[in-house]
Amino acid sequence: MVRVLINVPKTARRGEVIELKVLISHPMETGQRRNDMGQPIPRDIIHSFRCTYNNELVLDADFYPAISANPFLSFTALAEESGQIVMTFTDDHGVEQTESRAITVA
Amino acid sequence: MKGWLALAALILVHAAQAAEPHSGYQDASPATRAMQDNDSENPGFLWVQQGESLWSTAPQPGGQSCADCHGAPATLRGAAARYPAFDAGLKRPVTLEQRVNLCRTEHQHAPKLLQESDALLGLTALIGLQSRGMPVAVQTDGPMQPFRDEGQALFTTRMGQLQLSCSQCHDQLAGQRLGGSLIPQGHPNGYPLYRLEWQSMGSLTRRLRNCLTGVRAEPFAADSPELVAIEIFLAGRARGLVIETPAIRP
Amino acid sequence: MNRRRFLVLSGAILLPAIWAPARATPAEVKAAIRRAVGDAPLQPGRVKLDVPVLVENGNAVALAASIDALPGEVRAMHVFADGNPLPNVGSFRFGPRTGQPRIATRMRLATSQTVIAIAQMTDGTCFTDSVDLLVTLAACLE
Repeated sequence: MVRVLINVPKTARRGEVIELKVLISHPMETGQRRNDMGQPIPRDIIHSFRCTYNNELVLDADFYPAISANPFLSFTALAEESGQIVMTFTDDHGVEQTESRAITVA
Repeated sequence: MKGWLALAALILVHAAQAAEPHSGYQDASPATRAMQDNDSENPGFLWVQQGESLWSTAPQPGGQSCADCHGAPATLRGAAARYPAFDAGLKRPVTLEQRVNLCRTEHQHAPKLLQESDALLGLTALIGLQSRGMPVAVQTDGPMQPFRDEGQALFTTRMGQLQLSCSQCHDQLAGQRLGGSLIPQGHPNGYPLYRLEWQSMGSLTRRLRNCLTGVRAEPFAADSPELVAIEIFLAGRARGLVIETPAIRP
Repeated sequence: MNRRRFLVLSGAILLPAIWAPARATPAEVKAAIRRAVGDAPLQPGRVKLDVPVLVENGNAVALAASIDALPGEVRAMHVFADGNPLPNVGSFRFGPRTGQPRIATRMRLATSQTVIAIAQMTDGTCFTDSVDLLVTLAACLE
């Protein structure tokens, strides 16, 4: 489990465009670097990120090694009804992590 | 005559600016400042978050957590602004990192956290955040005076193969450029901070080690009295600046 | 050729190769873009790429990309950096719950170069914006 900071409004008005922000604790090792012994350091990045809102797609992203360490992503969703905003990301070891936040739409 | 007066005024203004402490925040680019200004975009808060979970967890089963003694982290508001501080029992000043580790060994019966470990950076970032916006208020007189003076002596001593003192860059050449980088005044008011070059959080100790290797000097050991003395002198020199933890610097 | 002259010459040839960051070739950049959006012509306009033109550290460069369109009209936003060893930065596909077709993130830039944002519409057409930016080199590296 890596540390994740998610910023999702707890409440929204129906039809409102809401801003979603996520920061993930990860080195995003590019695979381009060498260690002090001259050996290549293997690539280790979060390569995919997906966000859904009540199981409907908000954003589906591919990250490449050019995404900064401790990746930050900001995007928007359309708030239609109360429910769950779920964010899932997968790293090069195949480890998938899921975080979800509840939103109340009035 | 008018020209000379204008020039004299300019020099006076310049001298006043040089004397005024000037946070590295003001030298950073608008993009870097924006990263610091918005907590939900500041990667330093990933460490603050880790600090929060450590705060309420006892390091030893059945032992005490930070929260068991101190309550909420907010009870330490102002503490980071006063560190390094004099420890009457030890008869010497201790840094915030050392204070956290003293708490662990004396009260929590837990091993020390390693310098630059995410855990120690997390706890000190959390404690530093409680003082955000408060002025640096480290004591530099009384029992702290000899340590502050030692720090000043180290700050003005030429070191390393390049034979440069801290003061030559950060007092005399601050505001000018070295390569593509602006030379900052070198204030400690944002630590621990997230450095874009490090792509990570780091302590003031790491930054000082970085400077020392930069002038090709043998860095002082972690926890050495020299580093504590420099930290005290830097804190006194930064009087008037506010704590920015967790700051962002290029 | 004596030994000294050989050393001087080989040094002159090798050093730039060591110092210059590996950079994708124009053909590699073109291929990466084609893999993402196919052969559709890239029309300038509608897309707004917001990045600082002067970057003080290439490890984390803020970028925001948006397009003047309804979310349902846009399939994806792709970002490329033509001077990085690998030109791809990220691809961001939108869905039925997207609020507005825009994203913001932070990227690594190996050197001064051109950053390109391409919006791929649901009908396959592509709009683009690009920014040339200058990455300054830090003096005090750890």
